[in-house]
Amino acid sequence: MKELALMKGNEAIAEAAILAGTDAYFGYPITPQSEVLEYLALQKPEERTGMVVLQAESELAAINMVYGAAGTGKRVMTSSSSPGISLMQEGISYIAGAELPCLIVNVVRGGPGLGTIQPSQADYFQATKGGGHGDYHLIVLAPASVQEMADFVDLAYELAFKYRNPAMILSDGLIGQMMEKVELPPQKPRTSEFDQSWVITGKRPDRERNIITSLNLDPELQYEHNLKLKEKYNRMSEDVMFESLHCDDAEFLLVAYGSSARICQKVVAVARGRGQRLGLLRPQTLFPFPTDELARLAGKVKGIMAVELSTGQMVEDVKLAVNGRVPVYHYGMPGGKVHSPDDVLEAVEENFIGG
Amino acid sequence: MIKEENLVYRRTPLMTDATLSYCPGCGHGTVHRLIMEVVEEMGIQQDTIGISPVGCAVLAYDFMDVDFSEAAHGRAPAVATGIKRLWPDKFVFTYQGDGDLAAIGTAETIHACNRGENICIFFINNGIYGMTGGQMAPTTLEGMKSSTTPYGRDAMKMGPPFKITELIAQLPGTHYVTRHAVHKAGLVRKAKKAIRKAFEIQQEKKGLAFIEFLSNCNSGWKMTPNDSNQWLEEHMYPFYPLGDIKVDGKLVKDVCKDLMQKSPVTT
Repeated sequence: MKELALMKGNEAIAEAAILAGTDAYFGYPITPQSEVLEYLALQKPEERTGMVVLQAESELAAINMVYGAAGTGKRVMTSSSSPGISLMQEGISYIAGAELPCLIVNVVRGGPGLGTIQPSQADYFQATKGGGHGDYHLIVLAPASVQEMADFVDLAYELAFKYRNPAMILSDGLIGQMMEKVELPPQKPRTSEFDQSWVITGKRPDRERNIITSLNLDPELQYEHNLKLKEKYNRMSEDVMFESLHCDDAEFLLVAYGSSARICQKVVAVARGRGQRLGLLRPQTLFPFPTDELARLAGKVKGIMAVELSTGQMVEDVKLAVNGRVPVYHYGMPGGKVHSPDDVLEAVEENFIGG
Repeated sequence: MIKEENLVYRRTPLMTDATLSYCPGCGHGTVHRLIMEVVEEMGIQQDTIGISPVGCAVLAYDFMDVDFSEAAHGRAPAVATGIKRLWPDKFVFTYQGDGDLAAIGTAETIHACNRGENICIFFINNGIYGMTGGQMAPTTLEGMKSSTTPYGRDAMKMGPPFKITELIAQLPGTHYVTRHAVHKAGLVRKAKKAIRKAFEIQQEKKGLAFIEFLSNCNSGWKMTPNDSNQWLEEHMYPFYPLGDIKVDGKLVKDVCKDLMQKSPVTT
């Protein structure tokens, strides 16, 4: 029988990290994600699985510990919230450049700057467009429940190792802080086998030395490297994930992820009760983005509205996918405030029904 | 031909055949060689992982035949921490310059030392940013000219030179802290012994071993190699004296007094 628990989203990530056989976690406290490190510290994972848990002196140090540790080919992660993730961008860029698999969790709060500690989806651009310097992308997973907070940990590792690329779980203060029932997976063993082709274990006589680096002084080499990365990012589209709610017969479509999608689920239910044919497409991966599915749906509906906790970020990817075929609207609630289903219903009436 | 039995020196096979990217007369190549000689003599190549910095030694991994991870500017002690925590039985060392270790990476340096990470930190102090073209470093002496202090370092504006080695020696996590130079044969032999000791401390899991190497930077200082070696002795020695600072976890010098020492003004 599977284990059921009532947990906060942040705790579910931490427990799922132990269960996924994570070898090391390096982090630094920041609201609203501090429970991840606190939970791990309380659980004594060094006794449960031998997992290393270390509180770093800064997010800068934490992500560079992740960089170092990820070079050993083991399962390594960190977590933080928006301002902390900004501090980590240098390291994330190096990790992407050096093609290291790892997991980064962002429990997003409102910004810019110190902003607010309340939930937000204003880090969409940073998460999906690279975030740090250079031409790169993360694999970005967007959980909409405590269950997905737990489920996406192992999935993120699988994808990170499949592509040798950093993966991010883009959550927010709402999912991180709320408690729900969660079904926990069985314990996976920690990493015991290593791909000797690239990891740093100490040079063996039977192989050349392995070097983890993102440096290519020769522009020809950097050019080749950038093209190789691009090819990898293109390939990721085969792992796109989304959930469709009443999309088959929808006249109008909402696109929302994470906590905003939870609210839109209610919006669709109410609208359907009123006889309005509203559907919801919920991207579970934000990179790769469900571009093809949106393009397909754009041929069937009269209008599309992106609903997010920001002044408009994901809506740009929706517009690119729709490519002008139908009107694309945006409804956003920035600044740490969370829209109610009624707020969204009003926008639905205004843009779709009355429009 | 010299007979094999008469050879007094051979190049360690752990130095690769790549041509060193360092200026002729610079100390980097010597320190690289000494580290690799020690790794060879201890037979630990299979268990050794180096962390290269940003600066002149950014390509250190091209020259030393061990597994390497390249770190962002200043972050080598954090990168080393991540590796060492996952491979506690491997030998992990960072190789860093003064700008990397004592300016942008000060927090990472101090906290890795404070945690007593069981690693070796090899710190090259040449009082200047070499790779970017001779700008002021945290270790640049008062009055010393650099491309960003063309009239000499003014301590009132830029602060005095920073003795990070004396600073970290006071932290309980450091087990062995020492300062060496490599521009003379006798000094090279002493430096090698210190490197050996540093790796042995790591083997015995006693804590962090930190070695500062004073090096000339003849191109950054705009001198001939010989003149720069002489300048190093005349101007660097008085402020950065050679010798052990901490041995077996115990201070062997009055580091507080050394930290308060006013930098001699050089011109």
